[in-house]
Amino acid sequence: MKYPRKELIQPLSGSRWNHIVSGLIGDKLAMLALIVFVFYCLVALLAPLVAPFDMADPQFMDLMQSDIPPRWISGDERFLLGTDAQGRDLLSVILYGTRLSLTIGICAVLIQATLGICIGLMAGYFGGRIDNFLMRCADIQLSFSNMMVAIVFLAIFQSMFGMAYFQQFAMIILILVIGLTEWPLFARTIRASVLAEKQKEYVDAARIMGIGSRRVMFRHILPNTLSPILVIFTIQIANAIVAEAALSFLGLGMPATQPSLGSLISEGFAYMFSGSWWICVIPSVTLIVLIMAMNLLGDWLRDHLNPRTYKD
Amino acid sequence: MNTPLIQIRGLEKAFSTNDSWLGQWRFKSGKLTRHQDSVHALNGVDLTIYKGETLCVVGETGCGKSTLARVIMGLTEPTKGEIDYLGHRIDHLNNRQRMFYRRRMQMVFQNPYASLNPRMTVYQTLSEPISFHQPGLSSVQLDQKIDGLLESVGISATGSDRYPHEFSGGQRQRISLARALSVEPDFIVADEPLSALDVSVQAQVLNLMMDKQEERNLSYLFITHDLAVVEHFATRVAVMYLGRICELAPRDVLFRTPKHPYTQALLSAIPRLDTTSADPIRLIGEVPTSTKKPSGCVFQARCPYANQRCYEASPAIKEQPDGSSVACHAIEEGRLWK
Repeated sequence: MKYPRKELIQPLSGSRWNHIVSGLIGDKLAMLALIVFVFYCLVALLAPLVAPFDMADPQFMDLMQSDIPPRWISGDERFLLGTDAQGRDLLSVILYGTRLSLTIGICAVLIQATLGICIGLMAGYFGGRIDNFLMRCADIQLSFSNMMVAIVFLAIFQSMFGMAYFQQFAMIILILVIGLTEWPLFARTIRASVLAEKQKEYVDAARIMGIGSRRVMFRHILPNTLSPILVIFTIQIANAIVAEAALSFLGLGMPATQPSLGSLISEGFAYMFSGSWWICVIPSVTLIVLIMAMNLLGDWLRDHLNPRTYKD
Repeated sequence: MNTPLIQIRGLEKAFSTNDSWLGQWRFKSGKLTRHQDSVHALNGVDLTIYKGETLCVVGETGCGKSTLARVIMGLTEPTKGEIDYLGHRIDHLNNRQRMFYRRRMQMVFQNPYASLNPRMTVYQTLSEPISFHQPGLSSVQLDQKIDGLLESVGISATGSDRYPHEFSGGQRQRISLARALSVEPDFIVADEPLSALDVSVQAQVLNLMMDKQEERNLSYLFITHDLAVVEHFATRVAVMYLGRICELAPRDVLFRTPKHPYTQALLSAIPRLDTTSADPIRLIGEVPTSTKKPSGCVFQARCPYANQRCYEASPAIKEQPDGSSVACHAIEEGRLWK
């Protein structure tokens, strides 16, 4: 029997995406986390349009209007979430801060992933001495606390080049420091999946064809190891944002003129007990909700992509 | 017919069992010594594969059949010995030098569920080797070639945009064969290509392989457990035991008059419908793991005819009057002939 061609189900290229999307629709918590994350991303992207005040405007900072509580307390129509110690509108500052935090998080994780994927693929595929060497490097990297490395590096940089110079490049340096310290997590996961995939015969088949090892690694093995990468990717973005916030809180991160969520919290912390709790609490809540959404999303992805975890 | 295509001489392969460098050091009576355990998968294999023939390799699990295939294809480096392709030595070549021979020799694998990349469509799987080895091909020519290939293995060309998991095991094995044929080889190593398939599907794939052999004058090295397939398909049969070839004979000769005690035992284990009398010869003991190079004949531990000479010297493979070659002292001395 012949079927007309139109009735054939066309192959869907991203079967992994279909799997994820169909699972997302069924799970309310995951859907909520995704909506929250997408909302944050949109707000971060559109911060200059959405924010009621322009950060670059010299009028923005007005000490006469400092420490105004949120609208539902003060009744001040202009400032929805109140103002901080410098008289900046807290809502605008938080919007820009989220933008910065997310940028730093995503860029840092991109660096981590690139490094980790390359190193993990090489270690897993070539094996032997290369594997031993690279994995011992990863062990050494992991044996230092990431925070410690970042603090030492940032402190040295600040004292060597001076504060002004540091403030100018703070964002790039933060991205690099957070990006370069956490690659072993990616490398190890990738290596483990590569070791499993390498055994399979399609890799042998590609080698018999004479296809070079680089192409075998990136074209044949990598697409089959992407599921765990996706999971770590989401969780690591959350971790990178937290790391950035922590560094900023310690005074090693973004300068006060370009506040990220972390430096906002740090700034507000000083006014915590003088009654102006909102300067610290509102950015904290923003950060916590973002991190929680990302972690929920990552956890759900991990459960969903792993066929061995059954739920009843 | 009688041009030797592949010649293998004295091929040996030992796998190290403790591969980390640190693990090789041991304390032995107060001294730190380095010592390496290894499994000897191949212990001196001599084999010639002629053009256009099907050489079946049989033997029990762990006797080195798959290692032989992998060493021939260059997936594993041999420890010792030579492999020639039409008189050119190929076993020591690096990847670039080997490229020419990659096109001439291909392999079909055992597990049809793992031998196709699950994230590549059939079209991608086939187009990669073709455009890799024939970079000059235009996309129209490439499409035609892939359609032709798929057609020739009995897969409709409309299936080319599907993923491997949408096909059945037999179809996948045919796609694997199409991939091997895509670079127009003249020698194909098939490593138990039928063992994961249903019997009815086995016949399909086997017939397809035979058709292709006729069409393209292919030579096969066919590794299998299944003696029925051997009887149906082989030109010559090589029986392997513990990394050595113990008997090599034309198919009819082997099935009519098996000579080596191991071959006799192996063939007596085929269930037959026509006779009920034949008792299978029972071999006592298990296949020893070859961590040490065996001294003497590899089969000595289980051979009912073994004598002192068998424990001491390894028998060389000797041609018999009826065209078979056997490596056995007992046959040479006439102890075995009734």
